[in-house]
Amino acid sequence: MSRNDRMSGNEAVATAIRQINPDVIAAFPITPSTEIPQYISSFKANGLIDTEFVAVESEHSAMSACIGASAAGARAMTATSSAGMALMYELLYVAASDRLPIVMAAVNRALSGPININADHSDSMGARDSGWIQIYSENAQEAYDNMLMAHRIAEHPDVMLPVMVCQDGFITSHAVENIVIEDDGPVRGFIGSYSPEKYLLNPAESLGVGPYSVSVYYMEIKRQQFEAMNSARAVIAGVSEDFAAMTGRDYGMIEKYRMEGAELAVIVMGSAAGTGKAAVDRLRGSGVKAGLVKLRVFRPFPDAEIAEAMGGVRALGIMDRCDGFSACGGPLGAEARGALYGRAEGIKTVNYVYGLGGRDMRVEDFEALFAELARVRDGAESLRCRYHGVRE
Amino acid sequence: MSATRRNLMEGMTPDAGWRELSPAAQVFGEGNSLFFNTGEWRTESPAWDAERCRQCLLCFPVCPDSSIPVAGGKRGGFDMEHCKGCGVCARVCPFGAISMTEHGREAAE
Repeated sequence: MSRNDRMSGNEAVATAIRQINPDVIAAFPITPSTEIPQYISSFKANGLIDTEFVAVESEHSAMSACIGASAAGARAMTATSSAGMALMYELLYVAASDRLPIVMAAVNRALSGPININADHSDSMGARDSGWIQIYSENAQEAYDNMLMAHRIAEHPDVMLPVMVCQDGFITSHAVENIVIEDDGPVRGFIGSYSPEKYLLNPAESLGVGPYSVSVYYMEIKRQQFEAMNSARAVIAGVSEDFAAMTGRDYGMIEKYRMEGAELAVIVMGSAAGTGKAAVDRLRGSGVKAGLVKLRVFRPFPDAEIAEAMGGVRALGIMDRCDGFSACGGPLGAEARGALYGRAEGIKTVNYVYGLGGRDMRVEDFEALFAELARVRDGAESLRCRYHGVRE
Repeated sequence: MSATRRNLMEGMTPDAGWRELSPAAQVFGEGNSLFFNTGEWRTESPAWDAERCRQCLLCFPVCPDSSIPVAGGKRGGFDMEHCKGCGVCARVCPFGAISMTEHGREAAE
């Protein structure tokens, strides 16, 4: 059973965490994710959860506490944004390489400077090579749903990797939307209890986690991590299938929106996907063959799915809400082009950096962008990458 | 070597493939520092003068590597496979029964 409600993305994720009732949450407040630990504190004070809430003194400590708790055998979670995530970077690698299935509610926010509290993907893109599974949410419903699936993915024996569930700061985290909330019972049945095979507090077996590894071992341990991340593809598909059976809401690695016969398309992640869909609907209404591919999962990277989705696309806009400062585009641009190479070649691509520091990406912006893609399709010269929505 | 310690070492060899090594290099069993010969790091070595030693036992608790064995209430000779030559024992000995020698110094003198 489920009920219709209205919630912000933060409240939706906090509701998921209440239903999950993890053993340990260690978190430090930072805008725009602050509400999540705030809600959790009130759940705890009101006796709705029996989670151990650790009010740490920094995000570095938050992730360290999660690592300790997870190694001990607990289901551990945290929430953060922006500079808070950047302060965790060192530990994110430790969590992933120690194969600890920690789950993070990430609320995407720009990194300084100039100092800014609004949405872009610079924070989690900085962690893209840390070994965490990354799932991006378009709206509050997806943030809630992705959070309910996160532990099943993270704790699967073939995976055992941490997962961050991302949503866009303020746009998703603070805007109140209609949402379907599942009942506690079925959710808890779906997630199940966590019984790790190896854990530090097991009195029957001595265990050391995170040892020093000399060069004769280090690379084999990294190869194991590669295997786990690659195995996550099938696990994500399986968990999403089970979730669809429970809720009727079906999620893939990517979502293809009106890609049938599309000649012009954009690849986009996060809240802008919803805006892009509205633009695609308008354009289709006036006969433009426009489509959209939304990445739900960025790690592992859905390279084959992206190439397969291209069909008859002739001009493609790859949308980065982050500039990697390679001076040749953003991280999604580089990886999406890599996915097409050798699989779906001959498509003209433009990599757009957009929406930095909370800059609006409106339906009209997508329409202008699709108009440029049409000119590129028809032979117009274009830069390989450019900023969209910036004052010249 | 106890059974646990033997199991601990099994499979963890430089020939083992990535599938054979424990996940994330997790280490099972305890006391594995015994297999790590920190004595190789030594640049100075302690010498114990059993004649001067009064068996006060101030030295063994300060040894960071448990390299001063104690049996029947008396200390014995150093475990040179694990002694890193830090010299803390020589510093705490009230009777001058422990002296430190820098490696290579013996030949020079």
